[in-house]
Amino acid sequence: MTSPNPPVAPAAKRSLRERIDLERIGLALAAPVLAVLLSLIIAGGLLAVSGRDPFDAFSIMWNYGTASDGQVAVLNKATVYYLAAAAAAFGFRMNLFNIGIEGQYKLAMMFAAFVGSQVDLPAFLQIPLLLVVAMCVGGLWASIAGLLKVYRGVSEVISTIMLNAIATAVIGVLLVPGIFAPKTGGTTNSIQTEKISDSSHFFSIETQGGTLWGFIVIAVLVGVAFQFTLNRTRFGFDLRATGRSESAASASGVNVKRMVITSIVVSGALAGLVGLPELMQNTPYFGQNVQTGLGFIGISVALLGRNTPIGIAFSALLFAFLDASGAQLPTRGDYPSEIIPVIQGTIVICVVVAYELVRRYGLKRQQQKVGAELAAQAAAAAQKEVAA
Amino acid sequence: MVANHDIDITVQRGTVHALMGENGAGKSTLMKILYGMQKPDEGTIAIDGEQVEFSTPADAIARGIGMVHQHFMLADNFTVWENIVLGGEHLHGIGAKAKARIRELSDQYGLGVKPDALVEDLGVADRQRVEILKVLYRGARILILDEPTAVLVPQEVDALFDNLRELKAEGVTVIFISHKLHEVLSVADAISVIRRGTTVGDADPRRVTARQLAELMVGAELPSPESRESTVTDTEMLAVEGLRIAKPDAEGVERVVLDDVSLRIRKGEILGIAGVEGNGQAELVEAIMGMLPLDAGTVTLDGTDLTGTLTRARREAGIGYIPEDRHRHGLLLEAPLWENRILGHVTERPNSKGVLLDPAGARADTQRIVEEYDVRTPGIEVTAASLSGGNQQKLIIGREMSHSPKLLIAAHPTRGVDVGAQAQIWEQIRSAQREGLAVLLISADLDELIGLSDTIRVIYRGRLVADADPATVTAEDLGSAMTGAATGHIESDPEALAEAQAVAAEGTEAAHAAPADDAPSDAPSTDTADDEQAGE
Repeated sequence: MTSPNPPVAPAAKRSLRERIDLERIGLALAAPVLAVLLSLIIAGGLLAVSGRDPFDAFSIMWNYGTASDGQVAVLNKATVYYLAAAAAAFGFRMNLFNIGIEGQYKLAMMFAAFVGSQVDLPAFLQIPLLLVVAMCVGGLWASIAGLLKVYRGVSEVISTIMLNAIATAVIGVLLVPGIFAPKTGGTTNSIQTEKISDSSHFFSIETQGGTLWGFIVIAVLVGVAFQFTLNRTRFGFDLRATGRSESAASASGVNVKRMVITSIVVSGALAGLVGLPELMQNTPYFGQNVQTGLGFIGISVALLGRNTPIGIAFSALLFAFLDASGAQLPTRGDYPSEIIPVIQGTIVICVVVAYELVRRYGLKRQQQKVGAELAAQAAAAAQKEVAA
Repeated sequence: MVANHDIDITVQRGTVHALMGENGAGKSTLMKILYGMQKPDEGTIAIDGEQVEFSTPADAIARGIGMVHQHFMLADNFTVWENIVLGGEHLHGIGAKAKARIRELSDQYGLGVKPDALVEDLGVADRQRVEILKVLYRGARILILDEPTAVLVPQEVDALFDNLRELKAEGVTVIFISHKLHEVLSVADAISVIRRGTTVGDADPRRVTARQLAELMVGAELPSPESRESTVTDTEMLAVEGLRIAKPDAEGVERVVLDDVSLRIRKGEILGIAGVEGNGQAELVEAIMGMLPLDAGTVTLDGTDLTGTLTRARREAGIGYIPEDRHRHGLLLEAPLWENRILGHVTERPNSKGVLLDPAGARADTQRIVEEYDVRTPGIEVTAASLSGGNQQKLIIGREMSHSPKLLIAAHPTRGVDVGAQAQIWEQIRSAQREGLAVLLISADLDELIGLSDTIRVIYRGRLVADADPATVTAEDLGSAMTGAATGHIESDPEALAEAQAVAAEGTEAAHAAPADDAPSDAPSTDTADDEQAGE
């Protein structure tokens, strides 16, 4: 009883059928599919009420999404969304709400742009350097919230929201001529950093639909590393345990304080990557007109994707498709592009509710199944006794 | 799923009817149905011969059924009167009339509740009386008590039973759920035993012995308690010196929860800690586990000083832990069994190799634990939440024992566990003790403490105030030390001790004298009516 290695047949590789539980997959898919359908119905209703044909609007979006230039645009957007969602999901897996991705990625992007414009190394050094700089800045900025939570009991929701505002102010202070922006005004009126060196440009793939950003490779790597860390390492187990039950994790020997800091720093470091595709593939400088709101999109995408690397890949594609094709609505017909945020918003609200319902249903169903199976076993045993 | 099937229970008006059964036997499901929290698929409930159907607890309350839960639901910062009126404002208002009604009920049933006392000033037993009064205030004529004695010391249990007899005399029907055999025998007028979701028999408390009842519950003959020889050695395993912890309470006032606690456990020794809950037992455990920072004192395991180390290091050093609240501290309820097997031992084989997890190894070992410790489950991929309490506990014990601990901290190891599993768990603890395990046993069940421990210490208000030799102490004397009435070394009157031991022995002998087929252990009893009516 006390021997840790008993002579029990080693669990053979579980067969494919054991691994694939159709019911579980069905339950997992039910919620997001229903949420998407419901939000399309609501958005369609809104369009119809305002006197426009919803089916025409949806077909414009669909046609754009199936054209090759549309697909490339969707993939590029999805790359960015995926990184933001991975940052959010990493925190969520531990019940940490990192609302500060917004501030983390902007600050990281600015520092990366500055370093990229000042340093000119060969590309195989320059690009890793920029990645590391961005991740360090994002992680450090996020660590403030982690330290506040652990040592002062400040909720990370509050502190990261505040840090977003502070990040904007910090950018305002640093992005002035003489510090991060060149002394002499550039050709435009807006203030921005100098252009990053040519060696800082990330590779891209030319397709018939346009330029596909090579950063998609980084996004895939992040997803793989995310999955591996969470499911195959001790650290990942501790993190998931803490997310499921902090009290049980702490009794099991997880150092919860250190875990909080580590995971929020990792989340911040991932957030640091969010701005880089834009910087290293599209706009080679950081200026006042940088894209905002990516952090919040990331939170929505993570929620829809249920914080799993595969799930957020699909939800990032969906959100990217909605955004990219929605931009076509005003130009190709008389449709307001505001319908897209409506769709996205209803998806998120519905999906949060639906996941909770599905979770409870699944738990209850499993309890019932276990009860039924045990009862069947007991009945079989009783029958055997009678026969004997 | 079939949690309950063919349950036939007939409860007579004005009686105390005990409902006994293994954990997971379906007692709680049955109670939920009676209280309107769940709907039956089949069958009927009749009160006073009238068929009723409940879809919410409110329906049940309207029909005069009241439930006193195991965990009290009272607002601490309210007075007794406010707590009772809360949610029942429409009955007698919230003013003097309500207060008068509370006094009247309290006098009528001899509960002795003071309406103006603050609930936070009340002890556990008083709070329970408030809960009972709360239910009576809402007009209950049928009272369901869910394991009411779990939190009480023996003297309080006696007082509760007096209250129940009073209620009975006034015509109130009491359904009493418990798995403490001698309590049921002393208070119940009728007993129904549930096993695997069905009634297996009714018993007459005047004619049945504790042992027969236990066998009825488990459905098999219990192993008789073996004569034990001491396995205590001279080697010291755990030494705790001068432990002190002060915590600010809700009002911010510093409260000393552990004060100068010192204890030693030798290899092969079981040290029992007796005490009313909330006297520092939980903090003592958490201090030894490294989950609470110490203000003073040291913890030494097998010669290694663990005072400043983290919980994980202590677990790796060989401390096994069966937590008091397995849902909060022992399990990840929504994770599969094999992940729960990893919990607490993630750095050890077979759960991991280096920094990587070894899911295959963990799965294989979980399968072994399930088989060796008789965890009843259809597989190791189901979530821990879908197992019954007893099976969850067996999994935890299997997990902790699998890492050859030097010290096992067992906090209420058999709480909420059925009699069959209880015997198994005791046997596992004893066999590990024979192999030199040191055990710190914390329990509210005094019979368990006396039966299992080599030494007993009594904790009261954060201090170890008394000690006793389990061979020379009765539960009653231990109980009075737990309320702070006795200190130092306690030894019971030899006469009382002999009597208590005789009572225990009688149960054993009676079981041996009665032939096995005398007890209706296998077939469902036929002495319940054939029709599917259950009710009063």
